Amino acid sequence: MRRAFLIAVPYVWLLALFLVPFFIVLKISLSDTELAIPPYTPTLDLSQGWAGIKDFFSQLDFENFVWLTEDDLYWKAYLSSVQIAVISTVLTLLVGYPIAYGMARAPVEWRPTLMMLVILPFWTSFLIRVYAWMGILSNEGYLNQFLLWTGIISTPLTILNTNTAVYIGIVYTYLPFMILPIYSSLERMDESLIEAAEDLGCSRLQAFWLVTIPLSRPGIIAGCFLVMIPVIGEFVIPSLLGGSGTLMIGKVLWEEFFSNRDWPVASAVAVVLLLILVVPIVLFQRNQQKQAEAEK
Amino acid sequence: MSRLSWFNTVSLTLGFAFLYIPMIILIIFSFNESKLVTVWAGFSTKWYGAVVQNEAFLDAAWVTVRVAVVSSTLATILGTAAAYVLVRGGRFFGRTLFSGMIYAPLVMPEVITGLSLLLLFIGIGLDRGIVTIVLAHTTFSMCFVSVVVSSRLVTFDQSLEEAALDLGCSPAQAFRLVTLPIIAPAVISGWLLAFTLSLDDLVIASFTSGPSATTLPIKIFSAVRLGVSPEINALSTIMIAVVTVGVITASLVTKRAMVRQKQDELAAAKTE
Repeated sequence: MRRAFLIAVPYVWLLALFLVPFFIVLKISLSDTELAIPPYTPTLDLSQGWAGIKDFFSQLDFENFVWLTEDDLYWKAYLSSVQIAVISTVLTLLVGYPIAYGMARAPVEWRPTLMMLVILPFWTSFLIRVYAWMGILSNEGYLNQFLLWTGIISTPLTILNTNTAVYIGIVYTYLPFMILPIYSSLERMDESLIEAAEDLGCSRLQAFWLVTIPLSRPGIIAGCFLVMIPVIGEFVIPSLLGGSGTLMIGKVLWEEFFSNRDWPVASAVAVVLLLILVVPIVLFQRNQQKQAEAEK
Repeated sequence: MSRLSWFNTVSLTLGFAFLYIPMIILIIFSFNESKLVTVWAGFSTKWYGAVVQNEAFLDAAWVTVRVAVVSSTLATILGTAAAYVLVRGGRFFGRTLFSGMIYAPLVMPEVITGLSLLLLFIGIGLDRGIVTIVLAHTTFSMCFVSVVVSSRLVTFDQSLEEAALDLGCSPAQAFRLVTLPIIAPAVISGWLLAFTLSLDDLVIASFTSGPSATTLPIKIFSAVRLGVSPEINALSTIMIAVVTVGVITASLVTKRAMVRQKQDELAAAKTE
């Protein structure tokens, strides 16, 4: 009895507040826009019994999805979200790997402090961390002031409201997600393997490339997925640091919903975004499972 | 290797500089006299005075804290139950669906979670306000709690529970007297995680809040869209300070608890 209760409460909660809402999104994505409250049609009228249900289903169609393929705004937004996510994941890896490597090679007694220093920014507000860059990257910002002062440049660089600012913001805010899994796989590595490789005639660089990188691969893969998956649907960074030329699907969905009040199209955008994410999510899940089995 | 090579020293220094300099600049310029954020004009704490007197910020902060306390507590109860069921519950009907629903929200884009919950609340005619934000936050943060707690449950020795049952405990007693004290650090860090996730959330709260309830991130976001302001710098500094103190305290407390647990285990091993 108790066990059933223990299972039922979180189960029902998730069914009601996670799964059911999805079907609502799916249903509204197949509905038509209407100038009414709620702003879509049809609505399910159960009082008419079976006829009402049949009527409801006959009115659903794929019009909104056709619309998504016809207006190239959506295509471009999906493509550029994926592109921005891939490029920024690579950048985050390039910045994060040396840090994780340095942490794993640091004296053992330093490591908890270094870990804490990586995790601490993750606990502070995401919004504040993105905001901090607005003051740095703007035309009169600290970076331009510094570069003008050193004489490297003579006119201020335009960085804020461009894709470059978006990349910087993503690398900055998602860095802990890249560092931690790589660090944990590097830390477990047996250092005598490197010594063995060097004894056998590898140069340091070769030993790094042939031994360290392959052994840290699970961490690299996990880190890349942890950065890439959420970045595809990112909203805050492109809307604060990006410009009018920065197309990302999270921003499009938000504007479709809040500015255009077109709920059916916003829902259709959400359904397609989910379909795009299914592939990396399944791959990630498989990678994690393989790793868990390898540890057993 | 006891000493760091020059390469590692450089990469750690640059890495941590990158992580911390933006925050440090933000904190320094919150004490700037001038309204022009990027020009230093002397030390002043006047922006802190402005934040403390700004009723809109204070109201939003109060809403945010109440939502975070209630939703993280609910999320901890539900998430711990879910973790226990997943790790110890054995087989039951729809187990795959259940574990899928636990993991999916972790990777779900916030815009989709927000949109789907909003459409649900409108569909059932629930007025948007504090209640709907709490429901939304509980739903996604219970999944994070569940992952944290189940990783602890997986590693601990199940024979301890079996021993308690053999010695005459009811399952509920065994959970309360044996399991819960052992997983307590994970439950507490789960609660803290849920609490900060809720404090931090902008996107889901924007979808699920109504005119009657605005959270602090929503307020900050709408102010920040207009550009950098010293008042927001001051507010951010306060939030960074609160989080830093909280994280350091929490890590010291859990460290002490773990040391004590280790000592207890050692003592128990000796008396055997």
